[in-house]
Amino acid sequence: MADYPDRALEAGTPAPDFQLKATPDQWVGLEDFRRKALIMAFYPADWSPVCTDQMSLYNEVLPMFHEYGAEIVGISVDSAWCHAAFAQHRKLHFPLLADFEPKGEVAKRYGAYEYEEGVARRALFVLDAEGVIRWSYVSPMGVNPGAEGILAALEQMQEQPVGASR
Amino acid sequence: MSVLMAPPRLTVPVSERDHVVGPQTAPVTIVEYGDYECPFCGAAHPVVKALQKALGDNLRFAYRHFPLSQIHPHSFQAAEAAEAAGAQDRFWQMHDMIFEHQNRLGTQDLLAYASAVGVELEPFAEDLAEHRHAPRVREDFLSGVRSGVNGTPTFFVNGVRHDGGYDLESLLGAVRQHM
Repeated sequence: MADYPDRALEAGTPAPDFQLKATPDQWVGLEDFRRKALIMAFYPADWSPVCTDQMSLYNEVLPMFHEYGAEIVGISVDSAWCHAAFAQHRKLHFPLLADFEPKGEVAKRYGAYEYEEGVARRALFVLDAEGVIRWSYVSPMGVNPGAEGILAALEQMQEQPVGASR
Repeated sequence: MSVLMAPPRLTVPVSERDHVVGPQTAPVTIVEYGDYECPFCGAAHPVVKALQKALGDNLRFAYRHFPLSQIHPHSFQAAEAAEAAGAQDRFWQMHDMIFEHQNRLGTQDLLAYASAVGVELEPFAEDLAEHRHAPRVREDFLSGVRSGVNGTPTFFVNGVRHDGGYDLESLLGAVRQHM
């Protein structure tokens, strides 16, 4: 088995690169988000109950993320077609990436894979414009981690922008 | 990985800006963040009523808006309508009306409900058209996000998020810990 971290990557770690499908015929990688802060939200599966759905919440909070100059992507092991249907149904305005083949490979590289269930954990990573992880958090499987931690991390990054520590 | 966060707390305490039922001196304050078009909030509505009845003056209840407007297209305007009725001292009447008619929340429906609870229609309709109360609704939403509201309904009992169920039994259980 490849050498995967056994827990979620921590602040200060350069984010591992990836290439994942954002739509059935479009690929997206870390490079596409350089020069911006990026929120990577791993989650177990599309189609969880609606009023407590993590992705629907981020959809509503999206303008606040943008105010901090941040983009967000959701990542699960669902296929691009499943994501397309889910995103359309929930009217999501940000990309969902398909960590589908090899299954969960990117989640594994971030230490965000739940081997027993075969799905991504509810793991959040906030990356700065240079692709370095500045904050990460793993929520218990059934618990929506919400947006507060992300907003607090973005706030802190604004106070200590990229390069300030060098 | 960051340290596990303590149970989220209400970041904006209940104040004069809130819609409140019950005495300020009540030992228990419950704040609900809700969405008028959310079926779970609709189900929780009679539970809140029962809770108020059971606890009487021991409970102060406040309601704040948390409309998930992308999945519930009528929720934001319904919240504005409750606020517009509130501007005429009819917040709770309108709030009840809306929750009791969750499946019909178009503009015409809201006007009919406003009229039924004794709201003067002209200023009410103007408030809606001009979105005069939209900033207030967004303010509620933001305070919810910053307090760890991740879905609806979310209840805070004396400032601490209630992570259990929202049936009468669970809520009463949470309340008793504070009395």
